Amino acid sequence: MTNPIPKIILSQRNEILQEWLHQQLSAQTLRTDLISEAELRTDSERFLRVFSDAVQSGNLSDILSTEYKPVLEMLGDFSRSRGLRGFTPSETATFVFSFKQPLFSALRNSGEQNPAELADNMWVADLLLDKLGLYTTEVYQKSREEVIRRQQEEMLELSTPVVQLWEGIVALPLIGTLDSGRTSVVMETLLQTIVETHSELAIIDITGVPTVDTLVAQHLLKTVAAARLMGADCIISGIRPQIAQTMVHLQIDLSSVTTKATMAEALRFALKRSSGATRPILKDPFPQE
Amino acid sequence: MSRFRAMDRIPILKMGDFLLVTIQVDMRDQLASALQDDLTSKIVELKAKGVLIDISSLDIVDSFMGRMLANTSAMARVLDAQTVVVGMQPAVAITLVELGLNLSGVHTALDVEKGMEMLRRHIGLPDLDGETGGQH
Amino acid sequence: MVNIEAISVADSGDIVAVRHAVRRQAVEINLSLVDQTKIVTAASELARNMLLYGGGGKVTLEPLEKGVRRGLRVQFIDAGPGIPDVDLAMRDGFTTGNGMGLGLGGAKRLVNEFSIESAPGKGTRVTITRWR
Repeated sequence: MTNPIPKIILSQRNEILQEWLHQQLSAQTLRTDLISEAELRTDSERFLRVFSDAVQSGNLSDILSTEYKPVLEMLGDFSRSRGLRGFTPSETATFVFSFKQPLFSALRNSGEQNPAELADNMWVADLLLDKLGLYTTEVYQKSREEVIRRQQEEMLELSTPVVQLWEGIVALPLIGTLDSGRTSVVMETLLQTIVETHSELAIIDITGVPTVDTLVAQHLLKTVAAARLMGADCIISGIRPQIAQTMVHLQIDLSSVTTKATMAEALRFALKRSSGATRPILKDPFPQE
Repeated sequence: MSRFRAMDRIPILKMGDFLLVTIQVDMRDQLASALQDDLTSKIVELKAKGVLIDISSLDIVDSFMGRMLANTSAMARVLDAQTVVVGMQPAVAITLVELGLNLSGVHTALDVEKGMEMLRRHIGLPDLDGETGGQH
Repeated sequence: MVNIEAISVADSGDIVAVRHAVRRQAVEINLSLVDQTKIVTAASELARNMLLYGGGGKVTLEPLEKGVRRGLRVQFIDAGPGIPDVDLAMRDGFTTGNGMGLGLGGAKRLVNEFSIESAPGKGTRVTITRWR
């Protein structure tokens, strides 16, 4: 006998929904602080609707096939939204798992099967809902990871502030060890600030950077080149003797970049430049050899 | 396939001794080439001493566009006019550096105002706030 | 179900269409602005190559998912004469100078994954991928 679930869900939809709602609302784990009864009702109705449509196809096992796409979409939205509100992954998955009981009741009460068939059919339903419940957990994890990543990026931007030292002069004091990822974010922030403040001079101070490797040095040079293309110049200050040695050792060519030992000297130089005393007439970003 | 109409050409404005071009659309190659031709003609026609190309609205500059800017710059120089490209967006600048495009000979400034200052200083005109720029 | 967008490239107006399509898909997968710019620029270079040397062809865009990571794969396929010496074409000397460089080396630096299949008489297929 074919699995009666599709038929049962269609014919007893209301009863199943009511029992499910009753069960969710009376559960001790209900987060009334995070969700209202009306929302729970809407979510449950939605799930039941798409689930019912999906099972009509007769496919009660493969949730990755097209019939279940609307179900996965609904659960995806559901999971992300619950995650954002502060529900834990288990609380979110419980929504799906809790559907088992009303479904099993409906199966039992339909009375059309012998015990062996009944057991088989319940097993099928059990597996299906397990898969769907686990799916919500996966989506939950994914979206948490996205949130964390975005927060990290924001923190990176906040933790490396670009300061305006004077009109037309900004400074970026780099502190701590630089890894490739952080350096990119930092450099992009500097270039963006140059645009926003209309600053033609940027001082990148690396006094607070203990070591500079090839990748970081290349990033620095690329940033200087990019700033030039935009119409601004960079001065790198705070190159300690050890770093200077490392750079020479790594054959990093700083000959086209203005460097100063301290930020103070860099600022002095920058002020002289911007007052027009030693300002070049036309800035060539790629000076010919 | 669209027909290339004369109306699609980018307008070139005269601002005193200089020409100003504001590129606001993602141009197909022919339009970029046409602009190069138009600028060269106008420099001669209007005896312009400088050209400002405002690319602050361009979110992509690829090698074709880059070469157009470099070529325009070179041709203008032959005609005794200087070119300044202004307003390059940070993401574009970063990408061009990575692409490795050699834009030597192209002068750049942060915005039109600074670009104009640069041009005025170059040809010995006083800055708008009264100081005369360097040697020429 | 795989979701591939295809654009045929037959004239320079199509290069603009390719840029817009790649931008759209790059935004879809939430690439940072700089990464978007990089892949759109790379696509512009490669689409132009296809037009200039391959006699035009087809560009396909495919959003990817590797676990949590999302990415965008763009392919440039032409039935042109093919590139006799791919290694030579990849060298940077081809991108600078007054000639119309193939720009392959530059495009490669703008993306995470780059592969090229080409042989005389067999056409060319360039595949680039940018991951978030």
